[in-house]
Amino acid sequence: MAEKKMIRFIITRQDNPNSEPYKEEFDIPYRPNLNVIAALMEIRRNPVTADGKKTTPVVWEMNCLEEVCGACSMLINGKPRQACSAIVDHLETPIRLEPLKTFPVVRDLIVDRSRMFDALKKVKAWIPIDGSYDLGPGPRMPEVKRQWAYELSKCMTCGCCLEACPNVNDRSAFIGPAALSQVRLFNAHPTGAMHKAERMATIMGDGGLANCGNSQNCVQVCPKGIPLTTSIAALNRAATIQSFRNFFGSDEV
Amino acid sequence: MAANREFFNRRLHSLLGVIPVGVFLFVHLTVNYQATKGVEAYNKAAEFMGNLPYVLFLEIFVIFLPLLFHAIYGIYIAFTAKNNVHQYGWFRNWMFLLQRLTGIITLIYVVWHVWNTTIQAKFFNAEVNFDMMANIVDNPVTLTLYIIGIVSAVFHLSNGLWSFCVSWGLTVSPKSQRVFTWITMAIFVAMSYVGVTAILAFA
Repeated sequence: MAEKKMIRFIITRQDNPNSEPYKEEFDIPYRPNLNVIAALMEIRRNPVTADGKKTTPVVWEMNCLEEVCGACSMLINGKPRQACSAIVDHLETPIRLEPLKTFPVVRDLIVDRSRMFDALKKVKAWIPIDGSYDLGPGPRMPEVKRQWAYELSKCMTCGCCLEACPNVNDRSAFIGPAALSQVRLFNAHPTGAMHKAERMATIMGDGGLANCGNSQNCVQVCPKGIPLTTSIAALNRAATIQSFRNFFGSDEV
Repeated sequence: MAANREFFNRRLHSLLGVIPVGVFLFVHLTVNYQATKGVEAYNKAAEFMGNLPYVLFLEIFVIFLPLLFHAIYGIYIAFTAKNNVHQYGWFRNWMFLLQRLTGIITLIYVVWHVWNTTIQAKFFNAEVNFDMMANIVDNPVTLTLYIIGIVSAVFHLSNGLWSFCVSWGLTVSPKSQRVFTWITMAIFVAMSYVGVTAILAFA
């Protein structure tokens, strides 16, 4: 019987947020259409390294398994993407798995993306519909605009854009492309537009829009194909108009 | 730094790079280009520029102070980036790196260039004319450094013009940004030609 084909994984591990990272190698029996998540499950089932040493199972985060939740983002062969949609057949071997570098590591491949969720709160990335009485139906949205907005709404806060952005790092307070694009989405919504001025004021503050240096890596790595750089440029235009109005213009809120 | 000044500072940095610093570079290279038409033509152009009305006011408020702000804030911007072209080698990411790199090179070059021209003229009674430049670039080392400095400055302006258009929301669509890449790179080639042929005329 021919020897079973094995796939080599080189995984960067870390035991806790403060310990030093180290690498471990694993051989996983090949199956057609194997994805990275399934390979990690294989390691969990039998946590033995390539040189036969017993080790602790590698931990990672996952949820939807269909590239809509963003939880399983990691560096796969150096590129930020979701492990669930990373098919082994399409990857160069050995396959290198590392945690995203922009976020604090919790353990192994699990990172803490809290800063992204904090950013969404900061820019009020929601439609305000709650009131102490029934506010009634909101204004309608044209169908073409809804379809356009749907593309922006695909953002799953996965963190790939922040990972690839050279201006998101520990030396800068940049909020990152994801939350900025959400500002464009919610400002475009007929009801969301009621908080437009607040959102603009937030992203025109420190750590906001102006930190973008146009490397345009974000739009290249976005797994959902969101036009992040177009969003940023559109917000730049809105911010230009807003700043002129703030200085020269109108007391209109 | 006071809170919420970042937006203003960034936009000011972007604006000053084009107006007046970019405009000044264009005028400067145009004057230099007169050197290709001979010693007389260059000396006449240099004399005209040196005798402009309010020349000290222009030098301080149109050249020196805007350049100083652009340089200092530019260093801050350059060193807050963590460049990653080795991992993400896309065109715009390279331009991002080159913009920061040429900014630093241009700053070093400009300090040196101002030292051996403007400072010599203002404080050591040297005269700004064709011979001054000919003496500076009379060896291959300084000539090469001058060419590197000029090309860096021109690249920084051209690509800076591209990001100026994005930062102010002029070019929003990917298509307009692509077209402006070609336009600004054409500006880079044209201004480099003018700048380099001018410096070679002195050598």
